[in-house]
Amino acid sequence: MRPQFISSRGNEYFCEIDEDYLTDRFNLTGLNTEVQYYQYALDLITDVFDLDCDDDMRETIEKSARHLYGLIHARYIVTTRGLAKMLDKYKKADFGKCPRVFCHSHPLLPMGQTDIPHQKPVKLYCVRCEDVYNPKSSRHAAIDGAYFGTSFHNIMFQVYPALVPPKSADRYIPRVYGFKVHASAALIRWQNTQRADMLRRLRKLEIESGFKEDVGDEDLEEEDEEEDDIELEGMEGDAMHVVG
Amino acid sequence: MSSSSGTPESWISSFCSLLGHEYFAEVSEEFIEDDFNLTGLQTQVAMYKEALEMILDVEPEDDDEEDEDEEDDEDESIEGIDRPRHGERRNHSRIASDLSVIESSAEMLYGLIHQRFICSRAGIQQMSEKYELGHFGVCPRSHCEQSRTLPVGLSDIPGEETVKLFCPSCLDVYVPPNSRFQTVDGAFFGRTFGALFLLTFPEYDLTKRGADVLANARVSDDDKEMLNGMYTCNIAPGLGSNKIYEPRIYGFRVSEVARSGPRMQWLRDKPDNISELDEARHHAEANPDSDDDESMNLNGRPVRRLRPRRRHGQGGSPMALEANGADSEL
Repeated sequence: MRPQFISSRGNEYFCEIDEDYLTDRFNLTGLNTEVQYYQYALDLITDVFDLDCDDDMRETIEKSARHLYGLIHARYIVTTRGLAKMLDKYKKADFGKCPRVFCHSHPLLPMGQTDIPHQKPVKLYCVRCEDVYNPKSSRHAAIDGAYFGTSFHNIMFQVYPALVPPKSADRYIPRVYGFKVHASAALIRWQNTQRADMLRRLRKLEIESGFKEDVGDEDLEEEDEEEDDIELEGMEGDAMHVVG
Repeated sequence: MSSSSGTPESWISSFCSLLGHEYFAEVSEEFIEDDFNLTGLQTQVAMYKEALEMILDVEPEDDDEEDEDEEDDEDESIEGIDRPRHGERRNHSRIASDLSVIESSAEMLYGLIHQRFICSRAGIQQMSEKYELGHFGVCPRSHCEQSRTLPVGLSDIPGEETVKLFCPSCLDVYVPPNSRFQTVDGAFFGRTFGALFLLTFPEYDLTKRGADVLANARVSDDDKEMLNGMYTCNIAPGLGSNKIYEPRIYGFRVSEVARSGPRMQWLRDKPDNISELDEARHHAEANPDSDDDESMNLNGRPVRRLRPRRRHGQGGSPMALEANGADSEL
């Protein structure tokens, strides 16, 4: 059932769980209470299902099997082999690309917002902007987030730190006829001081910030400049209101 | 609006009903017919005169042909360019190549006029109706909870960037989810429209969506506190301390000092106390004696307080200015 399940429409986010992993009962600890017809469902997943039953029963068991597969999947993808499989899919951008313009189509990873099933659907995580997005397609939006879990995507980057992309302070600045708008410009200035504080903290600990070093420094300088510009900014913003 | 021209379907409305053109407003004919509004476009578009005539459907001898083509067009739906080729087969092949050039010129010209139109009083009003109906889609960011977005360009020069969606809730821009919008030029919406929309319609509750919108999409009277020229509840409502993703592993937060630790939280941050953004007041408090503060106060605070009184004037004024200019010009 596994190859069939993986290749069916809407299941593109799942990877194939190894036979070895499935047959090691230790890996399934506690799952028997989570699904109906646990043993039949497991048999179905491991392709040893041979129960004669009517279609309704079969349907129920298949549903259980899908749920069980998802729950095992959440555990499997944080193992070494599971991570490697998901990494392959990540590199192929099987989970989609970040919709944020300034992330330049960085690949996403699936994630759950809770580890408890039937609570929240799957979301997509972008490591570049460190934010969470909704899947584009409704068939993905219906997948249970618990099948991926809250830790997987973070473990991925702990295990493969080289995969963390360089961070960038590039962002969108709302403008009207070239002038920044006061409300958003003030917020952006405040956010820039937050970033500068963070960079300062990291520098003190001699930890690489992940920002391209020159960019960070430039930003700081720009910040100082902008601080001097505040009065001008304020007037620009208000000028807009006179016009707007 | 402009489709009241009498013909079954004008060039403008057929252009706007093409697949992928859902974000476009129908530019009114009055706007296009006012030469002032087209200042400078002659040099940007090849076969300007013919393109303009095509947009306005004023080519008498081609009228019949146009109508037939329009019917064909509904099946083809995507390639507007294909249209003239039908005419070519049926009629004079001599001007066929011209026609396809004119057609693409017309699309370019329409886009550039559109960029200006949606910043005009009538245009921005029409866009606000489309916004209310959710024609521009919603923000993909999870914490924005389906806030409605606005189409924007990252450049005013055609051919540089495709259209993007600006989310007022997180002040960020996103690629439209459907690939059909990846052929639409961002310059046809321009850099100004998104921000101007928020200044023009400060009363939209930016967090409302779908069914909420039909009920009441306006800022409630309790929330009408102003800061920096906007209602405080409308300053990036999708940002702030409880709207930032916090990476965790087995329930434990990933430290900032970790190699893969969070480094971008500032991008989604907002002061818990929004009045921290009141730079003018902070500056005034820090420098109580300086002369600058006087002017700062005049420019900053009182204007803000006056705003609610003058909101009506503010509503359409960006365009009123230009419209007046146009009138006096004539």
